[in-house]
Amino acid sequence: MAYVVGLRCRECGKEYPQKGVHVCEVCFGPLEVQYDYARMKGKVTRESIERGPRSLWRYRDLLPINAEPRAGLYSGYTPLRRAHHLEKILNVRELYIKDDSANYPTWSYKERVVSVAITKALELGYHTVGCASTGNLANSVAAHAAVAGMKAFVMIPHDLEQGKVLGSLIFGPTMVRIQGNYDDVNRLCSEIADKYKWAIVNVNLRPFYTEGAKTFGYEIAEQLGWKFPQHTVCPTAGGTILPKIHKAYQELIDLGLVEDNAPKIYSAQAAGCNPVVEAIRAGRDLIKPQKPKTIAKSIAIGNPADGFYVVQAVRQSGGWAMDATDPEIIDAIKLLAKAEGIWTEPAGGTTLAAAIKLIASGRIPRDESICVCITGNGLKTTEVVADQLDMPTSIPAKLDAFDAFIAELDGAGGTRELEPLAAGGPTP
Amino acid sequence: MAVKIRIPTPLRQMTNGAESVEVEGGDVNELLLALCAKFEGMDKRLFKQPGELNRFVNVYVNEEDIRFLDNLHTKIKPGDDVSVVPAIAGG
Repeated sequence: MAYVVGLRCRECGKEYPQKGVHVCEVCFGPLEVQYDYARMKGKVTRESIERGPRSLWRYRDLLPINAEPRAGLYSGYTPLRRAHHLEKILNVRELYIKDDSANYPTWSYKERVVSVAITKALELGYHTVGCASTGNLANSVAAHAAVAGMKAFVMIPHDLEQGKVLGSLIFGPTMVRIQGNYDDVNRLCSEIADKYKWAIVNVNLRPFYTEGAKTFGYEIAEQLGWKFPQHTVCPTAGGTILPKIHKAYQELIDLGLVEDNAPKIYSAQAAGCNPVVEAIRAGRDLIKPQKPKTIAKSIAIGNPADGFYVVQAVRQSGGWAMDATDPEIIDAIKLLAKAEGIWTEPAGGTTLAAAIKLIASGRIPRDESICVCITGNGLKTTEVVADQLDMPTSIPAKLDAFDAFIAELDGAGGTRELEPLAAGGPTP
Repeated sequence: MAVKIRIPTPLRQMTNGAESVEVEGGDVNELLLALCAKFEGMDKRLFKQPGELNRFVNVYVNEEDIRFLDNLHTKIKPGDDVSVVPAIAGG
């Protein structure tokens, strides 16, 4: 059952039919998919969702497709984990990790947006898809395009981590490294989308693409037993996911599927690229663009298109914003791995580090439920921790050599355990 | 002096399909005002009010966002490459 009505400009309200158009021709405002929520009432229920597949498509009634899903049939529905060790370390009562480092098939939250965008691209009759990407989106577009039998053109900044580059190339897209930062790639792709008749997922398919991010929020609520965490901490790059989690929560409230406990949403950015955090702190609507300088390359977007909507969503929900320095990001990556067995990329380290600082500063109370959104996988960004870890000792394959190794360890403190985790985590 | 401004797709219906338009002006504001004078309705697309661009209108001079330069007061010299680009989603 499709409940999509059409597209509508978020700024001036002009309405459009469903097609490959991304900005309002009147005011350049972003277009938002409109649904017939009244018709959903009583039909889109907890039960109807629970009967769906164990993928993001269990929420298809709330997604902008008219025909059957054509991509991402195994994507989404990632683990929501109680983080008992982190609760102890951070001295909080109830902490969850929503773990999209385990999202199939390319290990990031981007599967959600791409599954919807590629399904829509096929619906609209496109044969070629593309994207401007900091890496994760390129990986996802390349993989899903391969499955869908579409041609893929992916455009990335020239200096990305090798894991992110190989993680796209293996799927056989045409990949172009652009000499500039993501914002330069973005601007070029906007012009490419104008000239070539391709479905650039985050340009001319943006209204449909961004809707896929709502499934991150639906899953948090459903997996928590149809409840919201009181505090959701989410990374901000271009500003897609945070406002869409906010929208997902609002839709579930409006449809009567989840009780409104006034869930607060928090934006996390790297200190080396924090235009949204700065705007929220200063109480401004205006996002001042920056030249990014951080190891968190996947979220290094200095001119976030939807930054304004992040500011709005954070403010409306009663949340706040926090940034984290590169050393804090690395500490948080290591902490999450040692404490919970999850290896995330710097974007995830940023989010956990920001959550820790929000807790330490009293913005997030220790006795309320908290969800940290992990959106990417550390295996793609091994460079950032490579020189942070002690490489293992090499010994002969003999028991006495091993005994000597253990004796040496005992002498150095008696245990092979890693250093104890700091109770406060990164300092605020 | 005359400078070419690159026009994005959403605005081309106003420029009779032209991908670029030549206008006169000494700074970005003057160029955009000249563009608005040339095409009816363009001013509403670009400006929220005089001196303030709409939130989602990005203007670049030689590939640099004017917010890193001198905003609307950014000076223009012959041969400069000016483009108007809508903001797009993250990746």
